[in-house]
Amino acid sequence: MHKGAPVPARLGIWAFLATELLLFGGLFTVYVVFRLEYPELFHREHLKLDRVMGALNTVLLLTSSLTMAVGIAAIRRGRQWVLQISLLLTLALAAGFLGIKYLEWSGDFRHGLFPESNLFFGLYFMMTGLHGLHVVLGMLVMVWLLRRARRGDFSDQYNTPVEVTGLYWHFVDLVWIYLFPLLYLIG
Amino acid sequence: MSNEGIATTQPQPDYLAARGFRSWAFTHDHKRIGVMYLITTHFFFLVGGVIAMALRLKLLSPGPALFSDHAYNVLFTLHGAMMIFLFIIPAIPSSLGNFFIPLLIGARDVAFPRLNLYSYWIFVVGVVVTVASLLRPIDTGWTFYTPYSAQSSSAVTALSLGLFLVGLSSILTGLNFIVTIHTMRAPGMSWYRMPLFIWGMYATSVIQVLATPVIGITFVLLIAERVFGVGFFDPAKGGDPLLFQHFFWFYSHPVVYVMILPAMGIISEVIPVFARKPIFGYKAIAYSALAIAFIGFLVWGHHMFVSGMSTPAAVIFSFLTFFVAVPTGIKIFNWIATLYRGSISLDSPMLYALTFIFLFIIGGLTGLFLGSLATDVHVTDTYFLVAHFHYTMMGGTIMGLFAGLHYWFPKITGRMLHEGWAKQAWWLIVTGFNVTFFPMFILGMQGMPRRFSQYPEKYQPLNIVATVGSWFLFLGILIMFANFVRSLRSGARAPDNPWQGLTLEWSVPSPPPVENFEEIPTVTDWPYGYGSRSRSGRDE
Repeated sequence: MHKGAPVPARLGIWAFLATELLLFGGLFTVYVVFRLEYPELFHREHLKLDRVMGALNTVLLLTSSLTMAVGIAAIRRGRQWVLQISLLLTLALAAGFLGIKYLEWSGDFRHGLFPESNLFFGLYFMMTGLHGLHVVLGMLVMVWLLRRARRGDFSDQYNTPVEVTGLYWHFVDLVWIYLFPLLYLIG
Repeated sequence: MSNEGIATTQPQPDYLAARGFRSWAFTHDHKRIGVMYLITTHFFFLVGGVIAMALRLKLLSPGPALFSDHAYNVLFTLHGAMMIFLFIIPAIPSSLGNFFIPLLIGARDVAFPRLNLYSYWIFVVGVVVTVASLLRPIDTGWTFYTPYSAQSSSAVTALSLGLFLVGLSSILTGLNFIVTIHTMRAPGMSWYRMPLFIWGMYATSVIQVLATPVIGITFVLLIAERVFGVGFFDPAKGGDPLLFQHFFWFYSHPVVYVMILPAMGIISEVIPVFARKPIFGYKAIAYSALAIAFIGFLVWGHHMFVSGMSTPAAVIFSFLTFFVAVPTGIKIFNWIATLYRGSISLDSPMLYALTFIFLFIIGGLTGLFLGSLATDVHVTDTYFLVAHFHYTMMGGTIMGLFAGLHYWFPKITGRMLHEGWAKQAWWLIVTGFNVTFFPMFILGMQGMPRRFSQYPEKYQPLNIVATVGSWFLFLGILIMFANFVRSLRSGARAPDNPWQGLTLEWSVPSPPPVENFEEIPTVTDWPYGYGSRSRSGRDE
């Protein structure tokens, strides 16, 4: 068996991700209900989203999952420097994601698109908002990880927090992989 | 269950020895956190109880009396919301669960002690926000149905936020228990050697982790509805108020099993100890807990039969509702089989356990009336429903809680309860409870709707009976609490094992030392080998 997180922490994060799945599951349910009820509305409104921005964000977030995975693989081999660089890169990519999200949202607001505009944009803002909140939380945890990494807390023997954060980050990435086609690529 | 590990009995400081605010507020000790939950939740039990007394007092008169109709709406909302979210959901899992899960599985603490402390303080912050929302008291009923809850000028937003935090605390507690039960069991304690309270808590925790996030997102959506004007639940904007009800009950039905499964776990511990017999049908009881947790996720629609639902969906939900009664029935038959030819001693924990069985049968069977489509149309939103869920929640969960409190009081505090007072209180509680709530079945059948402050005069006689009953019930509960306080100060010193129980918590001193076990015990048998028919070496 490879040197991973000890069983309690790993079981704990999986249970937590199950909770997260049900949390987002509520929003996805709302999405299914209203898309079935108002297919034309969803098609018409989704054209107002910027696919290029959305696609760019998908690339950024997928890449950040890669850098996170590289960091975990590195610290399992005891490579402190690689972990720190990976965490910095992941943070930078996440910040880029949020930056683009900010541009998109402010563009929407300029065009008079708000959560109360219609059901599609209500969902769009709720889903990307909740997801964005998870990105911010992930970044806060990564800043904390980075500080600990610079103190040399992690090694090939002990890297539980890194691995657990990595699982969380992949989950945040996964949610976006569903959000992108469901919101940007309807028809 | 043997515990060969304990050879020396060097006096170690008990968990209550340290003094001062900080020693409690920053403790990682699951026992102290359990006690803090116990006190916090029972405070709201008393507040919610006082409100209930006020409501019953008003209902003595069919016309306007005591307070305004609006105040009545506010008070029944507060009674429901406090009792459900601040008392009965966390009452057993977070308090007795926290205290006894590690002790019953032979662990020194839960898997994540620090997270456990955070859970408590998140709970407290949630409670504070919830209580702060009382500045503009809400009048929506504890179910917060839209569209009214989206429009009401009362503090629904603050309350939703508070309850979101309470829910987060519940999720983290459940997560902690799942990991604890999976990874912290003493050597030799296989799944089939676990006490049944642990099985019950495990099933409970699974529901907490999987259902609570759904009410979390529901509260978020309700806040979005009020703050940002999102229209998911607003028909004027194309939304659907029924969607809110589906979301609400997808959590709020499974959560009744968060309330009842730990109580059933307590009953499964108390009955074999006081019947001096091995529990009958161990595996059936264990698996029925998991079955209840699983099927419980599929029955939420029965709260909405008259809200609007297609006939096929209603029939399926009705069938599943009957189906979830089966594992509950299995448990009750097994408890009764355990009692059969046992040498029963009627100490106060056993009295409450038997009361649980008696009242829960009534509560459970009347649930089937409500789960049947035709009768539900007649009795839905009447006092029949009020009587039904008070029989299950108070007659079930709270009697289970009282059984647990009387059973484990010596272990928690190191003092014995005054048995005479306990029995006095029990008489008053059982009599008062039935006199209060049984007439409500009849009132409901006669068509008296719930949640109205005024009612036609023909319902008055039975309402007077119910209100008089509530005084006995309340007096009984006060005597019970007085007994707790009195025994805490001047009760006889409790021995390690006053009831001759075989579960591991009885192998350590009362109150337990900080580290629980001097040495982690090795488990060689199941914990129910009472009497002559001990089945030694029983295992999967």
